[in-house]
Amino acid sequence: MITKRIIACLDVHAGRVVKGVQFVDIVDAGDPAALAARHAREGADEIVLLDITATHEGRQTLLDTVRRTARELFVPFCVGGGIRSAVDAAQVFEAGADKVSINSAALADPMLIDAIGRSFGAQAVVVAIDARRDPEATDPVRDAQVFVQGGRKLAGRRVVEWAREAESRGAGEILLTSMDSDGMRTGFDCELTAAVSEAVSIPVIASGGAGTVDHFVDVFGRGKADAALAASIFHFGVSSARSLKQELARAGVSVRLPC
Amino acid sequence: MRVTVIDYKAGNLTSVLKALRHLGADVEVTESDCALVENAERIVLPGVGHFAATARLDQTGLTQSIRAAISRGVPFLGICVGMQWLYAGSSEAPQQPGLGHFKESCARFPEGHEKVPHVGWNSLEAGAKSRLLAGVSPGEFVYFTHSYKAPVSADTAATTHYIEPFASAVERDNVFGVQFHPEKSGETGLKILRNFLEARP
Repeated sequence: MITKRIIACLDVHAGRVVKGVQFVDIVDAGDPAALAARHAREGADEIVLLDITATHEGRQTLLDTVRRTARELFVPFCVGGGIRSAVDAAQVFEAGADKVSINSAALADPMLIDAIGRSFGAQAVVVAIDARRDPEATDPVRDAQVFVQGGRKLAGRRVVEWAREAESRGAGEILLTSMDSDGMRTGFDCELTAAVSEAVSIPVIASGGAGTVDHFVDVFGRGKADAALAASIFHFGVSSARSLKQELARAGVSVRLPC
Repeated sequence: MRVTVIDYKAGNLTSVLKALRHLGADVEVTESDCALVENAERIVLPGVGHFAATARLDQTGLTQSIRAAISRGVPFLGICVGMQWLYAGSSEAPQQPGLGHFKESCARFPEGHEKVPHVGWNSLEAGAKSRLLAGVSPGEFVYFTHSYKAPVSADTAATTHYIEPFASAVERDNVFGVQFHPEKSGETGLKILRNFLEARP
């Protein structure tokens, strides 16, 4: 039976993990390679590394980080942040990523999705969408506003139509972040996630708002998510992806266990 | 252990090479060296992407080299599209023949309310006599990402259920194929790759 994925996310700035999971007993809590390896060991189904440096000089640091992180990682590994062209993507793949996540660059030039998909396959292209419900729209959820530049600027697109376009251009997955829920720890936006998941045939990864194990149960059920991003699972009262998954299994969610 | 990995420009080889090297294999990569492939000790044909990309194997002459190597007993492992290529063909690219080592053909998952592609970790039900899957317990998980799949047949080494049962691994003598990505399937995947590297011709 296909299982729901728990994806560990590391936010990286200038080669160091700047937020996300906090370990108490790891020697270097800021080293992406050490943290990614630990997540994989402790049951994460996939690792996402998001580079928030977003400077030109940061590119080489990112590639070094990806190379070091990928070296001993044998679960799917996705890298996002600052990928603006097919050449950028190719370098990240070359460094050892299995997938790239693109967001603002895909909105600025949707053909980028086609281009990366043609060269590396649809499974390698994750389109990340940051969306906020639009109370003025006829359907505030399906017509949630899409934002770029880390949520600072309106993209002028609506979440469901943009997700569909991304799919039709050859995206392999959608990483959907609810800006209303992000950081609130009041639960994922299940309506938003379900609206996107039902509109496309590719997997949808839910992100933003998790505060308890029950929130994951909810987004896999009501939210119809195929995977969920756990940016800081240590804040949820569990000690690892494995224990999160054990609790999910007890609640009837199909997960990869033992892992 | 020397392993020849064939690069036919279908996706990214980095992860496969990394996993093989991690296991101590001496890896060489070729796009078109027929002599190298004919004289290989072991061959891996990776591949994610479109079945049509395998046309390159015909154009470079590698199809014949692989056929020759297989017939003299060289262990061969096809991964994902590399496994599908071992069959007669795929409805993904009906004009492009596969190797035809296995007589069945690959087809897309039927449309329904389940999503296609099949992406994520799913479980294996391995046959007891598989060499490739030796030591893999029933229900162990591996990572998949694909929309086309091979049917269950007499050569099926493992089945997986998604919408319907399909062949997640195939095996006959020295020829092995896996629909999943062993290089991305944690310890279970590494165990399977190690079995391949240790398989006697």
